[in-house]
Formats: sequence, C-alpha cells, structure tokens
Amino acid sequence: MLPRDGAASTKSRFATGAGLAALGRRYGALAALALLLLYNLLFTRNFLSTQTLYVNLTQVATIVIVAVGMTLVVATGGIDLSVGSLMAIAGALAPLIFLSQAPALSNPAIAIPLAFVLPVLVTAALGLFNGVLVTSYRIQPIIATLVLYIAGRGIAQVMTNGYLQSFKNPAFQSIGLGRPLGIPVQVILMLIVVAVAAWAVRSTVFGRYVLAVGGNEAAARLAGAPVSSVKRSVYVISGALAGIAGLIVIAINSASDANLVGQNMELDAIAAVAVGGTPLTGGRALVIGTLVGALIIQLIRFTLISNGVPYAAAQIINAAIILGAVYIQRP
Amino acid sequence: MLTQPSTMPSPWRASAQWLGRNGALVVLVALVIFGAGRYDGFLGVYNITELLRYNAMFGLLALGMTFVIMTGGIDLSVGAVAVLASVVAAQLSYLGAFPALLGAVLAGAAVGLLNGAVIAWLGIPPFITTLAALLGARGLALILANNAAVSVDTGAGFASIGLDGLLGAPYPVLILFGAYLAGWVLQEHTPFGRHVLAVGGNEDATRLMGLPVRRIKLGVYGLSGGLAGLAGVLLAALTFTGLPTEGVGWELQAIAAVVVGGTLLTGGMGSVSSTLVGTLLLGLIFNLLNFENGRGSISLTAYWQSVIRGGFLLLVVLLQSRAARRAP
Amino acid sequence: MPSSQPLLQMERIVKRFPGVKALAEARLSVGRGEVHALVGENGAGKSTLIKILTGVYQRDSGSITLDGRPVAFLSPQQAQAGGVSTIYQEVNLVPLRSVAENIFLGREPRRYGILLDRRRMQHESAALLAGMGLQIDVTLPLGAYPIAVQQMVAVARAISTRSQLVVMDEPTSSLDEREVARLFEVIRRLKADGVSVIFVSHRFDELYTICDRVTIMRDGHTIDERPMAQLSRLELVSKMLGRELGALQRAHTTGFAAAERDAAELLVEGRSLRRGRALRDVSLSVRAGEIVGLGGLLGSGRTETARVLFGADKPEGGELLLDGKPARLRNPRAAVRVGIGFCSEDRKAEGIIPQLSVRENLTLAALPGLARLGVVSRERQQALVDRFIKRLGIRTTGPEQQIRELSGGNQQKVLLARWLCLNPRLLILDEPTRGIDVGARAEIQRLIDELAAAGLGVLMISSELEELTEGCDRVVVLRDGRSVAELPRAQLNEAALVAAIANAGRPPEEDANATP
Repeated sequence: MLPRDGAASTKSRFATGAGLAALGRRYGALAALALLLLYNLLFTRNFLSTQTLYVNLTQVATIVIVAVGMTLVVATGGIDLSVGSLMAIAGALAPLIFLSQAPALSNPAIAIPLAFVLPVLVTAALGLFNGVLVTSYRIQPIIATLVLYIAGRGIAQVMTNGYLQSFKNPAFQSIGLGRPLGIPVQVILMLIVVAVAAWAVRSTVFGRYVLAVGGNEAAARLAGAPVSSVKRSVYVISGALAGIAGLIVIAINSASDANLVGQNMELDAIAAVAVGGTPLTGGRALVIGTLVGALIIQLIRFTLISNGVPYAAAQIINAAIILGAVYIQRP
Repeated sequence: MLTQPSTMPSPWRASAQWLGRNGALVVLVALVIFGAGRYDGFLGVYNITELLRYNAMFGLLALGMTFVIMTGGIDLSVGAVAVLASVVAAQLSYLGAFPALLGAVLAGAAVGLLNGAVIAWLGIPPFITTLAALLGARGLALILANNAAVSVDTGAGFASIGLDGLLGAPYPVLILFGAYLAGWVLQEHTPFGRHVLAVGGNEDATRLMGLPVRRIKLGVYGLSGGLAGLAGVLLAALTFTGLPTEGVGWELQAIAAVVVGGTLLTGGMGSVSSTLVGTLLLGLIFNLLNFENGRGSISLTAYWQSVIRGGFLLLVVLLQSRAARRAP
Repeated sequence: MPSSQPLLQMERIVKRFPGVKALAEARLSVGRGEVHALVGENGAGKSTLIKILTGVYQRDSGSITLDGRPVAFLSPQQAQAGGVSTIYQEVNLVPLRSVAENIFLGREPRRYGILLDRRRMQHESAALLAGMGLQIDVTLPLGAYPIAVQQMVAVARAISTRSQLVVMDEPTSSLDEREVARLFEVIRRLKADGVSVIFVSHRFDELYTICDRVTIMRDGHTIDERPMAQLSRLELVSKMLGRELGALQRAHTTGFAAAERDAAELLVEGRSLRRGRALRDVSLSVRAGEIVGLGGLLGSGRTETARVLFGADKPEGGELLLDGKPARLRNPRAAVRVGIGFCSEDRKAEGIIPQLSVRENLTLAALPGLARLGVVSRERQQALVDRFIKRLGIRTTGPEQQIRELSGGNQQKVLLARWLCLNPRLLILDEPTRGIDVGARAEIQRLIDELAAAGLGVLMISSELEELTEGCDRVVVLRDGRSVAELPRAQLNEAALVAAIANAGRPPEEDANATP
C-alpha cells in the first residue's frame, strides 16, 4: 500500500522542523565564520592588519585549492586520499625541469612554462588513474586512492632521491610569491578556482551531472548521464588542482622537500569539505561552503594560537568540530 | 543425492583463487629464498630478530585492523593511538614495566571503545569517527607530553621490554607472536571470531539471525585500540621516548598490510595469519632494499619501498576486484 | 493427539505508516502441520503482515496467538527464539561463511566454554542436511552453492532452531523445476514432522501443488480464506485483482478516451528476448501512435522487458529491432539519443534525484540539448520547465522547490516531463500511476492519451486492469517471463484479461475446479 499523496502532510512538516535544520545547514557555516571574525575583531590585537590577513590567507589558499577538487570528488560519493602525494610529485618535478642542465631546457622561455604545465599534466594523469580504478575496476575510492597515497610520495622521493631541492627562480616562484595589485597570487588563484568551480557546478551540464551521479546514480544513469565519464573527470580535476597546489607550496618555500610537501593535506581538505557542509555521502557540492569551511578551521587555529591555546588542544577541538559537522548533516 | 558447488572451478580459476588467497605467502617465501641466496647474513639471527623487532609495532596495528576490517569497517586512528599510548607508557615508566604497559594498553582500549560506541550507537561512519579520533588522540598526546618528547625512565625496568628477551627471542618478537597466536585462536576457534566475519559478510542477515551486532563492533574497535596501545608500549620501549609527533601514516601502512595479506576490505573474509604474512612482506621489502644497497651494485634508495608497497597494494586490490566479480 | 486449535492465529491486525494505512483488519490463521499459501498483489499488505509476524514491525492493534499463547515479537531475534523462522527470497544468510557456520550462527556448539567445537558443528550440519536429502560439503562457503541449496541450508537452520512455523517468502523465484521439486519434498517432510509452513508466492501451479489452504489479501484486508481445493484458478486471480468472478467491464473509470487510434510505423520490436531467470522468451512490438499494454502479475518479467528495450540491461538472447533494423543499445544514453524514454516504476530508487530541485530533475535528460559548449542556457531551461509545469499541472511552490517535498503524483509528473521534454518517439512507462491519487491519475492518463494521438508510441506496464483495458490498443500478457497472449482492442475486456493472466490462454469455461 503505497502512500497516496502522503507527502501532502509532510510538506507542512518540512516547513517547520526540517526547514530549520535546512537553514542551519545552509547558513550555519557562514554564521560560524561571521562569529569568529567578530570575535577576533573585538578581542585580537592587530587582527585587521595586512600582515595577519596575508598570513592567514596564504596558509589557507593551497588548502582551498585542493579542497575544491575534493569537494567535486566527494559530491560523486567518492574520496581522494592521494592529493598530498600528488602535491609532492608536482613539487618534485617542477624544479627538475627549471633547474635542469639539459640543453633543450636551457631556454627559460621553454623551461618555465613547461615547469608549470608538465607537473599539472602528470598529476592530472595520476588522477585519471584513480578514476579508472574506481570506475572500470569498481574499487572503493578509499582504497583506490590509497595506492597513490602510499606510492605517490615514494615516487616523488625517488625522483629527487629524498634531497631537498633548493632554488631561487623568480619567474617560477611568481606563482607563490607574486603579488599582483598587492594581493598574493595564490589567493587570486584560490578565488579563481573557487569561482570557476562554483559556476561550473551551477551552470554547466557537467556540474549538474556530478550532482545527479552523487545524488542517485541509478536514476542518473537511466536519465542518460555518462556516469563513468563524470566520475573519472572529478578525479582528474582533483589531481590537477593538487598539482597546482604543490607548485604554489614549493614556490613559497623556495624549496621542494618530497618528504614534506603536502603532508596531511588530504585530512585538511576533507575537514574543510565536511565543515563547509558538503555531505560525504555525495549529491551536493558546496564549493563556497568549502571555502568557508577552510576559513573557519584556519581562523579557529589562529584564534586559539593567538590566545595562547596550545596546538595540541587545537587539534582536539578540530576533531570535535569535524565530528560535530558530520553529525549535524546526517541524512 | 550429492550436490557439488555450482562453481566447479576450472584449473585456471582454481589457481587464481588460491593465488588470491595465498599469493602473499607465495611472494613472501619467494622473497625470503631470493634474499637468502643473494645476501650474506640475510637468514642470520641478527637480521631476523631485528626485522621482527622493528615490525612488531606494525604487526600489532595490523592485527587490530584485521578485526575491524573483517566487520567491514576501518580504523584510521591506530597510529595516533599508538603514539598516545607511547607517551602514556613513557610517563608511567617510572612505576615499572608492567604498570606502564597496562596503563598504555588501557588508554588505547579506551579510545577504541569510544570509537566503537560512536560507530555502533550513533551511526557515524567509521571513516569519519576514527579520523576525528586520530586528531583527538594526537592532540591529547601533545598535551600529555607538554609538546615535547617524554623520556622513558630507564631505572624502573621498563626499558627491558625493548632490550631483553626470553630464550633468545626479544620481548617485542614474543609479544608479536603471542598476540597473533591469541588473535588466531580468537578468529578461528571462538564464536566471537566467526561472528566478526559474519557481520562483515552480511550485517543485516547477521542481525536478523539474532547476533548482537553493536556489541561485536564495540569489541573489534576496542581490540584495535588495545593493540594500538600495545604497539605504543613497544614504540616507547624501542626508542626510549614517548614522541607525540611519531606514527604519521601508520594506520595506512596497517591497512595496506591487511589488504596485501588477502583480507577483503569490504569485510567478511580474511584471516589473522594472512595479515602477519602481509606485514612481514611489506617489512621485508625495506629489509631487502637495505641489503641490496649494501651490495653497492644498485642504489635503490629506501624511497623505493613506498613505491613497491603501493604497487603490491594495487596488484592485490586488482586481483580482489576480479575475484569479487566472478563470485557466484 | 493433534490439537484442532490452529498453530497461528492473527486477528484484526491493523498497521499504519505515516500517511497510509497498510493493514486494516488483516487476518491469518495457520493450522498445525499445514502448508498455507498467502497471496496478494503489490500493495496488498502481505509482506507487511509477514513482517509483523516475524518481528520486523510492530502491529498497531489486533492479536497474535502462537500455539495457544499470545505473542508480540519485538524483533526478528525474538521471533526466531519464539519458534518462527523466515526463509527470505534473497536467502539472507552470510554467503562468505561456511554452510555449517550459517546453520549454527549464534548457537555454536562449544568446547571448554569458549572454544568452538568445529567437529560437532560440521557433523550435526551434515546430518541435518542429509535428513533433508542433501549431501554436501558443509565446510565450503555458502555462496559457492546455487540458490536452491542455499535455501535448503536456510531451512536446515530453521529446523535446527526447532521452529514450529517456517515462513517462505517467494522461495521458488530463482529455482528450476528440479530444485522446486526438491524443495517441495523438504516441505512435505516438515509437514510430516508437524511443522507448519506459510508459503508466499504468486506461482499458481506451485500453490496448487503444495499448499493446503490459502489466504487472499487485497488493499490491506484479508478478503478470503479457504482450502485450495475449493478455489479455482480463475477465482483465485479474480479475487487477487479485486474482481468478482463473472463481473463485467465496469463503467469508464480512467482518463483514457478508449477511442480507436491509427497505428503507424513500427518503432521497436523485441523477438524472443531473454535475460537471466526473469526474462525467458518475450516478443512484442510497439508502433507510433499506439499504446501497448504489458500485463501480468508480479514477477512475470514486465520491468525486465522494459529495461532491455531501453538499453538499461543487455539481453542474453533474442533480437531487438529499432525502426525495423537490428540494433544494440549499449546504455540508456544511447536509447535517449534514438528517441526512447523510460519512466521507472520505483520513483525513489531510480527516478528522482532527491536533493535537487524540480527544475533540475525535470531537465536532467534534456541537459545536453539545452546547453551550448557545455554551459546550460538558463533561459531555455526555465522556459522548458515553465511550459511543462503548466502543461502537466504540476503542483509546486516553484521550479526551485526540492523535488522530495512534492507529493507522489507531482513527482511522477516531473519524471514524466523529464522524458516528454525530449520529444521522444517511444515512451516506456512502468506503473506510471502507482501511488498517485485519483485526480492526478486521470490527468496523467489523459496526457498519455493525447501524446499517443499526436504520434507517440507508448509501452505501458500497469497492474491496474482498467488502465490496460481502457487505455491500450493492445495488451501483451506476460507470465513467468514469457509472452503468452496478446489481446487486441476488440477482445480487450477485464474478464478476458484476467483469464489470460491466470490461465495463460485457456478459455475460462474449461477451468471449473483446480486440479492439484
């Protein structure tokens, strides 16, 4: 006996109880961010200085860039644990190109653009590898991306023999140290990535397919969506963004250490996605939410540290936030 | 009337299935033979005991992870819990070996039980729950250690866990094998062990058949935490410190060991012995690389071990996905 | 001395779910050592009744008496402990565990208190199965054996738990004839041991072979209960479908105009389609401008046929022709491209993307056409949505409302619109008016009519007799995965349809009394 027009009564239910929860879900993160900003404005000295702003934004920029890719992957119901290792690979490859003594690469007009493009292509290809494991071999995303999590960093280490590559190459490092119009370039990149991704999710066929695949894969397939292709694509995007983030990190540090680049990035990215409101079960891609989530986490760390709370306690609070954010969003 | 299984395996499929289940052992034996033939001292007492002593920690983590994965879950917190336990052990070391050991194991078990309770009763997925536990345990370790390294008090006998042994076998090795033996008995010969596999094989059916699924889950996560605690004790004993920044990525190594050994990540099938094989196999790769570099002919850096480990994981997972698709 | 008191007595069972009354005054009475059939169509309430009996749900009111004592099982575990076992259609054991373990899971024999007594477990399992006529290696994983054997193991588990009552839910749907015969042997042995069986099935031959009595349910009520021998096949089906024997076609009740239509060119044709157990040999065709109905009972293979025609599943045998030429549809995307649409019967699982809006859901299949260079044109999308909301009378607060907030009928309209806005040539509808109120039903039926008149070819699966008799130009009847009859409009009336479904083509007069 299937409900006949049963949802008529549930409509009124939605208006009250579920409506509040939905409101919470939509604006909760933003409200939390606003509260944090307010607190700091009032109680933290020098909060509005450009120095503070610069420090916070640059720290958060690479996380956001990676987390946007993670948002798309999560939206299809998957996860990408390999992003940190992919960052390390990109970070290891780029200096090998622009520091290379090979005659073909001696011309900076060739070497520098190549040092930007090739590492990103490589990480994108590795993302495709992830995607194929998930779609063609039906391996669970957590395990499929675990392979590169383990092996990827090793590849980066092998490429550089574990050595720190230290360099001073203003042309390349512009991606991390440049300040067009006074704004750090990675912040601009971050904003571009967020804007493009948010727009794509909203307005392109691909973006809508991503949401459909994550929301109800069977229905999406029956409606003609190219499910496997969509899934592979999000892993490629995640890989490419991780590559870009890797380049930024080494540019900022003027050095590339394959052991350290991107360490823990997968956890930071997942945390930003979760706190930002994107459910880990898939079907929604709140790109702006991820930006807000990353800012919240960053701001909490900053607030705690500048108020003398030890890093350790900040970690515990971080954990509680993530748990709480996920618990609230339970279906 | 006699009925035979519908999947009367052809010789190819039978060997593929056998390989999938025992492949790790075959590779392990092959590597051991290779190493014995190629390197001097490979089969020597020193090398073997050092290999086992170092991998004892990972072995314990992988043992706990086996039970968790058999129920279809995952425990990302074991590395952090081990580190937390090492800090606890170091701080309690002035009381002697046994109290420190007990305290550390209890601390680990407490975290594990908390994980289990949240997963089984609050319904939050294991991935997220244990991820949060990872962060929380690390933070707690830093707080307890006051953001520094805690030195082990060598005067009260704690250090003997790492230094001494019985009948020529170092304590860590004995602990490792003892734990695996107990784990094997638990898994093969007690109802609890079979129930764990049933939960992973078909949780709904298991619940319908009357088993206390929530309590079983609580048990495996508690076990995982306790074993991580024990691993922490070994860590403190071997390094004479409780270092809160250690242990990064150990949970993923443990997962890899379990999967390489042949236990299905989706749960319901696997064994303790295969995890031991997986752990030893992954540990052996590092060992072989050292020897190979010692010969000087190639210089394969230690970094290759991650690549090779990842490669093994990939191979095993591909084989498992094949096998899963052919299953009736 | 066998007691004449029934083993199980369920009286006046009522069960309500939010918004709907699933069971109203349902009744079930099973004697000792009796094999009792429980029949009813989709939505009749039989699965709800069984779930109440076995502790999955709790009843709102009514009484259940087992072996003379009142019982109220709060969980499946309690039901099992109380002597009621269930053999599910999907077996619901643990395939990765061994046969012996499955039989004894939760009640393993022990040695020294905590250690497993493997040998005894295997010995007793083997003995149990041997007593059922089955000699297999009980140490192998359950999943290595075919479903028929797995069911036997489930029965063995029921026996070993000393059940008095075994509920079998569609046990034969995956079995071949030999395996069915073996199952029936086992059921007879159970009967001889005084164990009662509730046999839920829609396969009449089997019901008449093995069952003693039958309870018929419809719309949440128990409408009849009597010995199988006193009920003819035709009577049985008529009661299941809610028609009194001999009743003539009722007055016009649907939105279909029931007018003659000119059928044009052949759109799709399936010849001897075969796939798995559910689809054995189905042939049918649909022309432009006609509505072809696909009738048959639950499990007859209608949805499976539809999925094959849409490219959602690949046929294992037979041919598919599009526009007269052999074709192979690799996936739904390909079908959409050649102008076929498919509205699944399960809105929730295969239809709506719950968290997306009405606009998103409506235009999902049409997205490629609404976009330029991959970017969706908002104006065109909006115009499309507005047009169809108006055309189908979809009641929503606006195109941005989340689809899961709409009523079932309006959700179905959105899904219908999803396909209609593609201007398909062939539309396959699987239970298009299921779970929809009367008013919306008529609207949808009228719409389908108009579309057919405009040249759309429609294949409509329906369990509602009047939809088939009033709306279709032809009805193809399926039974057990085979197309067994085709009724053209001239011969299409309810009596003939019911007869075709029940007898696979035998004229009603010949089937006076059921022969077991």
